[in-house]
Amino acid sequence: MKTIRLIAAAAAGLGALAATPALADLTIGVSISLTGPTSALGIPTKNGIALWPKEIGGEKLNVIVLDDATDPTLAVKNARKFITEDKVDIIVGSVATPVAAAMADVATEGKTVQLMLSPVNLPEGRGGWSFRMPQSTAVMAIPIVEQWKKLGVKTYGFLGYADAYGEAWLKDITPLTEKAGIKQVVVERFARTDSSVTGQALKLVAANPDAILVVASGSGAAMPHKGLVERGYAKGKIYQTHGAATMDLIRVGGADVEGSFVSSGPAVVAEKLPDSNASKVLGVQFKNQFEAVNGKGSANQFAAHAFDVVLVLQKAVPLALKKGKPGTAEFRAALKDAFETMGRTPVSQGVLNWTATDHFGYTPETGVLLKIVSGDWQVVN
Amino acid sequence: MDLSTAGILGLDGVTNGAVYALLALATVLVFAVTRVIFIPQGEFVAYGALTLALLQLGKVPGTVWLLVALAVVAALIDLVDAIRRGLPAAAMLRGALRTLVAPGIVAALTVWAAPQKLHLLAQSAITLAIVTLLGPLVYRLAYQRLADATVLVLLIVSVGVHFALTGLGLVFFGAEGFRNPSFWEARFSAGAITLSGQTVIIFIASIVLIVGLFLFFERTLRGKALRATAVNRLGARLMGISTSGAGKLSFGLAAFIGALSGLLIGPTTTIFYDSGFLIGLKGFVAAIFGALASYPAAALGALLVGVLESFSSFYASAFKEVIVFTLIIPVLLWRSFQRGHDDEEE
Repeated sequence: MKTIRLIAAAAAGLGALAATPALADLTIGVSISLTGPTSALGIPTKNGIALWPKEIGGEKLNVIVLDDATDPTLAVKNARKFITEDKVDIIVGSVATPVAAAMADVATEGKTVQLMLSPVNLPEGRGGWSFRMPQSTAVMAIPIVEQWKKLGVKTYGFLGYADAYGEAWLKDITPLTEKAGIKQVVVERFARTDSSVTGQALKLVAANPDAILVVASGSGAAMPHKGLVERGYAKGKIYQTHGAATMDLIRVGGADVEGSFVSSGPAVVAEKLPDSNASKVLGVQFKNQFEAVNGKGSANQFAAHAFDVVLVLQKAVPLALKKGKPGTAEFRAALKDAFETMGRTPVSQGVLNWTATDHFGYTPETGVLLKIVSGDWQVVN
Repeated sequence: MDLSTAGILGLDGVTNGAVYALLALATVLVFAVTRVIFIPQGEFVAYGALTLALLQLGKVPGTVWLLVALAVVAALIDLVDAIRRGLPAAAMLRGALRTLVAPGIVAALTVWAAPQKLHLLAQSAITLAIVTLLGPLVYRLAYQRLADATVLVLLIVSVGVHFALTGLGLVFFGAEGFRNPSFWEARFSAGAITLSGQTVIIFIASIVLIVGLFLFFERTLRGKALRATAVNRLGARLMGISTSGAGKLSFGLAAFIGALSGLLIGPTTTIFYDSGFLIGLKGFVAAIFGALASYPAAALGALLVGVLESFSSFYASAFKEVIVFTLIIPVLLWRSFQRGHDDEEE
């Protein structure tokens, strides 16, 4: 009996040691989807996190990564654990929209800054402590609508995921196109695991709009694209969103995606950007660093967001350190203030400018329109 | 809607329906013989398509290592059983060898063949061998001990197996999808309708398989033994039919049908590690048409599911899945009115 109690006590002691980091370490709690439907986003993010530096602003970095399995309930549990047990200074995650949205309330309650890796739209008054690393869909829609204006597109069709990502795009691009006088003629939905989009493609092609926007992510964007081409729609009139701006689209789509357009953040095509682009240097740095470890062609926007987390922290943490030590409530509050007041911050995925009222913060020059030419990206000017 | 649109939609629906029909048949087969509602049926579809995709890349698919691991565990369990029952050493070894030989040969063949980038058909044969052998092992490890448990317990085990196989799929194949090359690139046009070679292959393969299954059940001793087990397990046992052997055989057939379906639809859509679940569920909805007992009714149900899915994706794409899965309610109502309140189970 005695020995058992002794072992239990020792185990508890060890547990406590492991759980509480040495004082004044900068602790980051990361909850991302390594399994479940959005694991395609979470896994590259984790590879990006693996390249985080040992310290930021002179503070030793202590990173805890947990898997939320694309489950909002699990993510909320992770976030609560970060706040109550690990006493983290910053929460990062999640990569899926509904999952990240669920964590926002916990972050507000615990007065801890959350860096979301998904462009979550939250209603007014919620998410006061949540900042987005990815560009809002509204910002990413700009290059597409600009291109349409330039080409004189009058009508367009919409073929999007029947989920939050599709919904956000529809909501954000509609006012932009209305302002430009471009008419939305057909709106169709599909799911990533559908075995065909014949019905939707027939309806879209029959309406014959001047352009079709496909809203999907990764290799899931290839199936609807091929479906449209198969029904005889011109490849050069199909537009894809930044969720599809990965090599997987080209790998699976093959010849059918040639000549189509994709809206993207700057990081994926950093080396092809003009020198005037503020993200060029950072993007190239990210790409070299990431591809040195993960192989050529592996860099994508999800890993870039992980890279950008470090950039914003390198700017904000020194500011916050003047007001408090990591691990304290003062530090956490100071970090939020620093984010809201630090002003224009170029990152690999664009130029951020967070304010107290705008936690998306990407400036309109952020988005880049790409064209797929012989199996690679080409920047459209 | 004009006639050509209806034709295109109908063709698309029947094509998908043909694949659902295969899965529905497998679901009915497994349920009739073992009373297992086999939710992971769809996983075999994804495993089939993705194993072929990795072979196409010249990589050794992780499913091979799963096959070897399951075979070793099954052999060990058999060995422990044999020792408990005090069987002679020779019989023990023979039992263990029987479990290990086929997976061993297939694994060795795959490791040798993967970097050679053999012809598409050869790779398909290897894929079928790998996935088919997984079936009996899944039965041996997950269900055999519980063979006499209630349908509900077996269903719960199925859910567990489904999650395990999906998770392993993510490990083996990664989170991104693959699209396989077409087996036959030909295209035939008749007015607005274009028939691709792959569609023709889907129809031919489905019909051949259905006829093959019919002959198997009607003309062979093993097929008759399976039917006997489906009708009455105890009676079949008294006649000297091994019910665990029948279970393994039915799971092997189900895995084969799943892998074949995967090969068939692999070239027509992008398959992800978790794509199989939804496809399998649609096969399950179709199987409900046959009350998990009638093969022809299940096959007809599958065609209906396919066509309904195709037309609803045209009229109301946002509600496509809702429409397809709501179909199960009137079918169940009709089934229960037809049968009245008789037996709950057995």
